[in-house]
Amino acid sequence: MGYFTPESLEDALALVAEGDAKIICGGTDFFPSLKQGQTPERIIDVSRIRELRDVRESRHGWRIGAGVKWATLSYRPLPRYFDCLKQASLTIGAVQIQNAATIGGNICNASPAADGVPPLLALDARIEVRSLDQTRMIPIGEFISGVRQTQIRPGELMTGILVPKMSEISGSSFVKLGSRKYLVISIAMVAAIIRSIKDKIVEARVAVGACSETAIRLRQLESDLCGIDLAELHHFSVDDKHMRPLQPIDDIRGSAKYRIEAAKEMARRAILRAVHGV
Amino acid sequence: MQFMACSLETTEVIDFRLNGQDVCVTPQTGERLSRSLRECLNSKDVKVGCDAGDCGACTILLDGSPVCSCLMPTQQAQNHHIETLSGLLNNDPTTQRLAETFQEEGAAQCGICTPGMIVSAVALLRQQPSPDHHQIENALAGVLCRCTGYQKIIKAVRKASQEPAYAENPPSTDIGQSIQRLDGRAKVSGTETYGADIAETDFLSLMVIRSPYARANFVLGDMDEFLRRHDGIEAIITAADIPGENRFGVIPDYIDQPVFAELETRFRGEAIAAIVGQTQTIESLDPNQFPVTWQPTCDIQSVDGAMENDAPLVHQDRPGNQMCQGIVQRGNLDQAFTDADIVVEGQFETSFVEHAYIEPEAGAARMREDRLEIFSGTQAPMMNLESLALILGMRRDKLRIVPSAVGGGFGSKLDLSVQPYLALAALKTGKPVRLTYSRSESMQSTTKRHPARIKMKIGATVNGKISGLTYSGIFNTGAYASWGPTVVNRVPVHASGPYFVNDYQAKTQAVHTHCPPAGAFRGFGVPQSAIAQESLFETLALNLKIDPLEFRIGNALRNGQSTVCGQVFEQGVGIGDCLRALRPAWKETKFNVARFNEISINEKLAQRRGAGVAGGWYGCGNTSLPNPSTIKAGIKSDGEIVLHQGAVDIGQGSNTVITQIFATALGVSIDHISLMGADTDVTPDAGKTSASRQTFVSGNAAKLCGESLRAQILRHCNLSADSMIKPLSVGSLIIHDQSNEYVMDLRRMPTDNEGYVLVAEESYDPPTTQLDKDGQGLPYAQYGFAAQMCEIEVDIALGTVRILKFTAAHDVGKAINPMLVEGQIEGGIAQGIGMALMEEYVPGRTENLHDYLVPTIGDVPPIQSIIIEDTDNCGPFGAKGLGEHALIPTAPAILNAIRDACGARITRIPATPDRILEAIHAQSNGSIC
Repeated sequence: MGYFTPESLEDALALVAEGDAKIICGGTDFFPSLKQGQTPERIIDVSRIRELRDVRESRHGWRIGAGVKWATLSYRPLPRYFDCLKQASLTIGAVQIQNAATIGGNICNASPAADGVPPLLALDARIEVRSLDQTRMIPIGEFISGVRQTQIRPGELMTGILVPKMSEISGSSFVKLGSRKYLVISIAMVAAIIRSIKDKIVEARVAVGACSETAIRLRQLESDLCGIDLAELHHFSVDDKHMRPLQPIDDIRGSAKYRIEAAKEMARRAILRAVHGV
Repeated sequence: MQFMACSLETTEVIDFRLNGQDVCVTPQTGERLSRSLRECLNSKDVKVGCDAGDCGACTILLDGSPVCSCLMPTQQAQNHHIETLSGLLNNDPTTQRLAETFQEEGAAQCGICTPGMIVSAVALLRQQPSPDHHQIENALAGVLCRCTGYQKIIKAVRKASQEPAYAENPPSTDIGQSIQRLDGRAKVSGTETYGADIAETDFLSLMVIRSPYARANFVLGDMDEFLRRHDGIEAIITAADIPGENRFGVIPDYIDQPVFAELETRFRGEAIAAIVGQTQTIESLDPNQFPVTWQPTCDIQSVDGAMENDAPLVHQDRPGNQMCQGIVQRGNLDQAFTDADIVVEGQFETSFVEHAYIEPEAGAARMREDRLEIFSGTQAPMMNLESLALILGMRRDKLRIVPSAVGGGFGSKLDLSVQPYLALAALKTGKPVRLTYSRSESMQSTTKRHPARIKMKIGATVNGKISGLTYSGIFNTGAYASWGPTVVNRVPVHASGPYFVNDYQAKTQAVHTHCPPAGAFRGFGVPQSAIAQESLFETLALNLKIDPLEFRIGNALRNGQSTVCGQVFEQGVGIGDCLRALRPAWKETKFNVARFNEISINEKLAQRRGAGVAGGWYGCGNTSLPNPSTIKAGIKSDGEIVLHQGAVDIGQGSNTVITQIFATALGVSIDHISLMGADTDVTPDAGKTSASRQTFVSGNAAKLCGESLRAQILRHCNLSADSMIKPLSVGSLIIHDQSNEYVMDLRRMPTDNEGYVLVAEESYDPPTTQLDKDGQGLPYAQYGFAAQMCEIEVDIALGTVRILKFTAAHDVGKAINPMLVEGQIEGGIAQGIGMALMEEYVPGRTENLHDYLVPTIGDVPPIQSIIIEDTDNCGPFGAKGLGEHALIPTAPAILNAIRDACGARITRIPATPDRILEAIHAQSNGSIC
């Protein structure tokens, strides 16, 4: 019973191990889904844990703490391949939300329309999950296993995100589609990272969100892009077969048919934007 | 140190700084900071609009960064500094300057978003003292405003970032001057009292139990058992507790909505019971624990379903689910269509639109001896009183309605919402009670704009003259009547648009479904109809190869021409002037659009620009019904001039406009006038704030009242009509004409029971007549006219639309306060943009402000207002009403611009990206002409 505000990760993990609790950090997904008279009995607020708020570089790559706020991420100097994530951070809600919402919350909430997920998929991010006795590293594509579903087990806390380093010649972008300019849940969004050597694409990563139960990478498109000359990129056709992995639904924001078509165009734009800028 | 214990279950004492002072609270598990601030620390300048981070009204600064306090657990404030508007205003020069510029620019209308806006702007200006347009947009994007259209807010922030210029006072406060809103100071300082701000913390709270099903039978369970299980509950109220009649409504023959459903519910969110108890009990109560057994039954969600032969009846006494019908017809349609060189037809469909004011319904009630006092936001205090007298079985003089400030209304707050529950709870418990709707409760249970299905056919001759027009509209009126009959009567009178149409037939019907009641929403059905009519006018103009603006000018109604009701105005028909005023902007826009598209096509880009225009008209006041307003004023022996102003200001500005009219008629500056009201105990009935009637109808009453008071004064001192009146220091007036001067010693005059030495009360009722069986007659004493054009950009690969600019010409007769006129125009256009592009209420699916989208600051473009003053014989100083007019041409202008940009014909709104892209494909496949 109660509201817990652990200041260390160890204390937090001990509290999590004690049983059913709602984990809260930014609160931006917690409160909107709170139903009258159904406040969870145990709430563990991890916002005071310093090490969850760190962005660190190591030999292996970059580690972003689960409690890092989108606003922090948007102005933190990071290599260019992070541009897709930074661009996404500026489209999440508006400043009020960016000042509170965290990257870990965005992932654990596991909404198909989570704007942070396609960039992290493109970055080949792995999710760090800890319990009292072990640490697991799970690729983000596996960690989010369905609509509002993750691989997190009882007793575990998501603690960070690991992004492997990429060569610095990469370009990276994020394209979001919604029915209004701000404060909008995406109809679809695409993150793209392109790496080229001597003006030829050697690696492409393209991830699409809100067009399936979980955001996914378009592997066929990625392999078809390899070998393309950057100068010829605008002639490259993103077509229907590239969209085959998507299984969108009809909802209030757009029809399934529309989502496929929009994703195709947005993927094309995201790729061009990654290479040529806006 | 301020210490407030506001909950029993405590986990931790939380210390933080609030506006520079150390405070501490003991929050419950999962308590929002917004609640702690409002309930425990009395920071009622923090407004709560959605409890979901969607509206930003509750924005505060956390160590200088703006966050939504509704999304922040109070525990996270520990050791941090929280700043709110009232605290910032005390000692922060930037905030003080913003409060001034918000007033100067008219950036606060209803004022409910203003604390969030100003606090967000403070954070911006601290970081970026000279922000550009884009930076201002980004910084304020998290706060929704439903009134202003954002343009004046952007101007106010930009102005606050500049050196204050030496401000010259306006030469006078008379009509025609853009004086600041008289009630604005409270709005920009966060001290305004809205529905949720009235109650003391020890008032009992209410929870309304609502149907989770569109249609269900239900049986109430064991209430005693429920009471035994829950401490802190004082009473449960159901239909059985209603002393009078369990029904309310707004049209005398259609009082059909129960306060509590009995046996069967007819829409999702309908009330069946209310629980009264200690606030903490109510706040932690799960409504699912309420003892009731539901049996969902087959429901109707569409007019198609409602009109099927075997459709269940929503009301047993309304066969075929038909509520009512309307008609206006004249001329010879067969002949007209035969004479026409071209006839075009179309079918159009619109959606439920939610008012989405940022203030959810809220209020409080208490007994004062044997009288019941109800405080809440409303657009119609006297109608509230009449309805409650029926429900409570009480004499009207035992009731008092005191409207709070209204955080946006737009038609929905004409109807009862929280009031009957508050009244019943105060009566039953004898204790003061309060109730604030949650956002989803507000959206589920209050009225909406009617979805319409419109079939229209219009003929024209080769020289571009309209020759025959037929219209048929089916309106989904939901479960109960509300203002459905008004919509059905008003639409046929307006469906021609502001054009001369000699041969005409317009039929409407309202059909019941198991949807929320559709009622009054800015325009009463006319905006839906304008979409059909103005879209087909576009088709006619294009087919006849006539410029769309010139086509409209050629058909514009003129003085001396008959309306479709056979009414002939010899003056005041300003639509021609409005349309002609757009010519320069239209010409320039057409040129720019063509040039842009040439480049875009050459470079194989996806952007196409387009220009669109539409006209509109709206009759001010009730349709063919008596519609009086009464205004009273008195002068006290100390010289105070008190204006009893009962025309509720819901943000549009009636407090200011009515006072300007009164003061001008009396011949004094408004600085000498004190405002009183609205309050059914002290203000005479100024009617409801709807139908764009307050400036016109209550304005006339105010003018008569001012003139009457002036005549009394001049009679008293026997001076000429052009004398000047000036209150002297205390207790006297000085009156002088060119040759004489008279000092009136008020202290020597006898006072009446209200303390007045002179008093005047005057009424005005617009001259109208009943319509005959063909809808012929004089439905309105005046119409206001509007023409709007816009430039937009369509992304033809994604179907998205960006609006670049609006130019809006409005004939307001005489602009009593030009700044407030612009405010109405800009706000109306913003709502029109929402209706055209994004707003669609789906019961059970869009009951919050992140699934139901309204325009943000980034969706409303710069708006150029052109005020046309074609004075009206009936209006006070020639003024006409304005509120609704601003919305009517907006959506069709956008749809016409989309068509101009890419050929896509949109016949169903909102024109979401998927619908636009589908229309683009249909057009390029040639399946639509």
